[in-house]
Amino acid sequence: MDRPDQTALPHDEMYTADGKVRPSYGVYADWLIHQPEDVLRQKRAEADSLFHRVGITFAVYGEQDGNERLIPFDIVPRILSADEWRKLAAGLRQRVQALNAFIADIYHGQDILRAGLLGPEQIFCNHQYRPEMQGLDVPGGIYAHIAGIDIVRAGQGEFYVLEDNLRVPSGVSYMLEDRKMMMRLFPELFALNRVAPVEHYPDRLLENLASVAPAGVADPVVVVLTPGAHNSAYFEHAFLAQQMGVELVEGQDLFVRSGFVYMRTTRGPQRVDVIYRRIDDDFLDPLVFRPDSVLGVPGLMSAYRAGRVTVANAIGTGIADDKSIYPYVPDMVRFYLGEEPLLANVPTRILRRPDDLAYALAHLDELVVKEVHGAGGYGMLVGPTASTAEREDFRLRILAAPEKYIAQPTLALSTCPTFVEQGVAPRHIDLRPFVLSGKEVTIVPGGLTRVALRAGSLVVNSSQGGGTKDTWVLEG
Amino acid sequence: MLSSTADHVYWLGRYAERAENLARTLDVQYRLSLLPRSAAAEDTGWGRTLATLSLADSYAARFGDAFEAHRAIDFLAFDRDNPSSILSCLRSARENAHAVRGTISSEMWETFNATWLEARSNAPTRFTARNVAEFIEWVKYRAHLARGVVLGSMLRDEGYHFMQIGTFLERADGVTRLLRIRLACEATDNAGEPVTHDYLPWTVLLRALSAYEIFRRVSRDRVTPMHVIEFAAFRPDVPRSLLRSAELVFDNLQAVANAQSVETVRRAGVLHAMLRFGTLDTLGAAGAESFLQDVLARVADLSDRIGRDFLGHVALD
Repeated sequence: MDRPDQTALPHDEMYTADGKVRPSYGVYADWLIHQPEDVLRQKRAEADSLFHRVGITFAVYGEQDGNERLIPFDIVPRILSADEWRKLAAGLRQRVQALNAFIADIYHGQDILRAGLLGPEQIFCNHQYRPEMQGLDVPGGIYAHIAGIDIVRAGQGEFYVLEDNLRVPSGVSYMLEDRKMMMRLFPELFALNRVAPVEHYPDRLLENLASVAPAGVADPVVVVLTPGAHNSAYFEHAFLAQQMGVELVEGQDLFVRSGFVYMRTTRGPQRVDVIYRRIDDDFLDPLVFRPDSVLGVPGLMSAYRAGRVTVANAIGTGIADDKSIYPYVPDMVRFYLGEEPLLANVPTRILRRPDDLAYALAHLDELVVKEVHGAGGYGMLVGPTASTAEREDFRLRILAAPEKYIAQPTLALSTCPTFVEQGVAPRHIDLRPFVLSGKEVTIVPGGLTRVALRAGSLVVNSSQGGGTKDTWVLEG
Repeated sequence: MLSSTADHVYWLGRYAERAENLARTLDVQYRLSLLPRSAAAEDTGWGRTLATLSLADSYAARFGDAFEAHRAIDFLAFDRDNPSSILSCLRSARENAHAVRGTISSEMWETFNATWLEARSNAPTRFTARNVAEFIEWVKYRAHLARGVVLGSMLRDEGYHFMQIGTFLERADGVTRLLRIRLACEATDNAGEPVTHDYLPWTVLLRALSAYEIFRRVSRDRVTPMHVIEFAAFRPDVPRSLLRSAELVFDNLQAVANAQSVETVRRAGVLHAMLRFGTLDTLGAAGAESFLQDVLARVADLSDRIGRDFLGHVALD
């Protein structure tokens, strides 16, 4: 299998290997060298204080005291050329279409299993498979209405898909707030560069949700369902509801009567047609899933099955964002669309396969090993930086249940200049664009760029010290 | 509007107003403590204040029966364990705003959030019982700011009405209690004090209501207890009068009336009419206290009924 080149310096977004500024960064780099460092420092402090006051936070709410943490915001944007974006967007569109086709197939005819591309045990023994969805038709055949696809660049700057987030992907509010912040701090940059706008994302999201309302509903009522103010992503839930102009509800605001879902209002019950839920499947309906859930709505599943309400994303999409299924996505593109994948997977060894297992055990010090059900950077071994003891511990865990693991080469993620304590220095980044699927597929140009703020670190997760950057797509 | 959303904006209005009313109440006691009065009168003043705010028991449980000024100030202004302290009210206002930050304007959310953050970070250092006057000024200033932001940025929909209902119900409650505290202190103040000082506490009260200059301008009366109560209760044009508060509760309730709220709206109308057509004759020195008690009871009844009719779970059918 191909391996991205791991010996050379990582691809840098701004500079070529021989130190020249790439064309997409030309205008920005010119501007940057004229900015005194203390001005940049002051702008960053201004951004911090604004984010605090506005309460754009990734919250730890245990103390009831409003103790929120900020996700660090970096003032150096990540810039993609029009051409790079065009290719990336085409690949994303294709990939999400295949993923939706896959989910529809799994919950209907299961052609892909009959064709032998996947073993039945890989689906039916997977906790993410929801038998309650079997045979159920959903509006437009769309399951993953909102997808966040994690993209990294490695080697000479080729794009790789690291992960498909198809359940309740978050982070889009940071994409929007980071842009707002950049325009506030550095308005002149937007006069100098033609940056594609992202502000219309909430409108597109609302249109997308309305387009998958139950058949026959003319003016659908859309709501955002949140687990509540103590959830770490609550800011985003409230933000999206506000930007779309719809109600933000908790489970207790909704109830099911005569097969329909209603919300409790000051003027009595009001019908709800589309629920953009930011709660995992497990908690949605205590009558069907976890009976101890107080976040959900008893009876919701029955209304859903009767086609009286649309839940976005659909229940059971987790089957396609599982790391054990990820290696097969390129095959899905070929199988369902009859096309060659435009976006590559990171070459992945599936440790349920004996020869992949043998290879992985022999190369633990070079590989990243991931637990297939892990998320957020947990349950993961980064071979090159792990201690011998950690590697040995992982070796035993892998041997005990090889089917629970996949292994990938340690990618030299691309770097982007970032304003840190020492000044502007390269830091590793990734990218999460958001793909909306409804009557049409829509992708707002850009996405959320996450940056590992510690020198050399490859971990961009906000739970582990990552920050964010504004992401620019230049108009061609 | 979601009942739970209405509930949060209603309580946002109440807690914000309560913080301000408490600051004004504290202001009266604090300013009086600067006047030449007996120590006994001052201690009794704090006792009456806590009792009228229904806080005497929780204070006694913590500090015993002796009312010392700095302790009482700490307890009323800064005590995080006292859910009715100014600081706690600012936090509750912020928590309610947070729960509906998607419904209220972002400027409103930012204002209530910033007020709480600033209070929290300054309470142990800059804001203390020693310089409570500065804290009171700051709370009033933040309240003025919040009021302006609400007026200038909030959509005039149901949410606005519920916030107004919460605000003015709380104001009626707070002002009534403030008048009762003063009235209850009357006897003590006069014992052993020259009668010429009689008007002073009531002047202080008028100032705390931002109404001293108005009183002077619209009234030929001397500052006496009955005149001040009449003024604070029945003036239709004084922003913090009981009549003005009751009128706004009534107006906003009519705007959100639903099928089950007929009786509640009627009772709000009765309270309004009572204040609209009341006069000094209806009071009488002995009657003033029972009149104020009656107002408080009616406010409490409205509060219960509003919770049932709008903010709780609306019964089906």
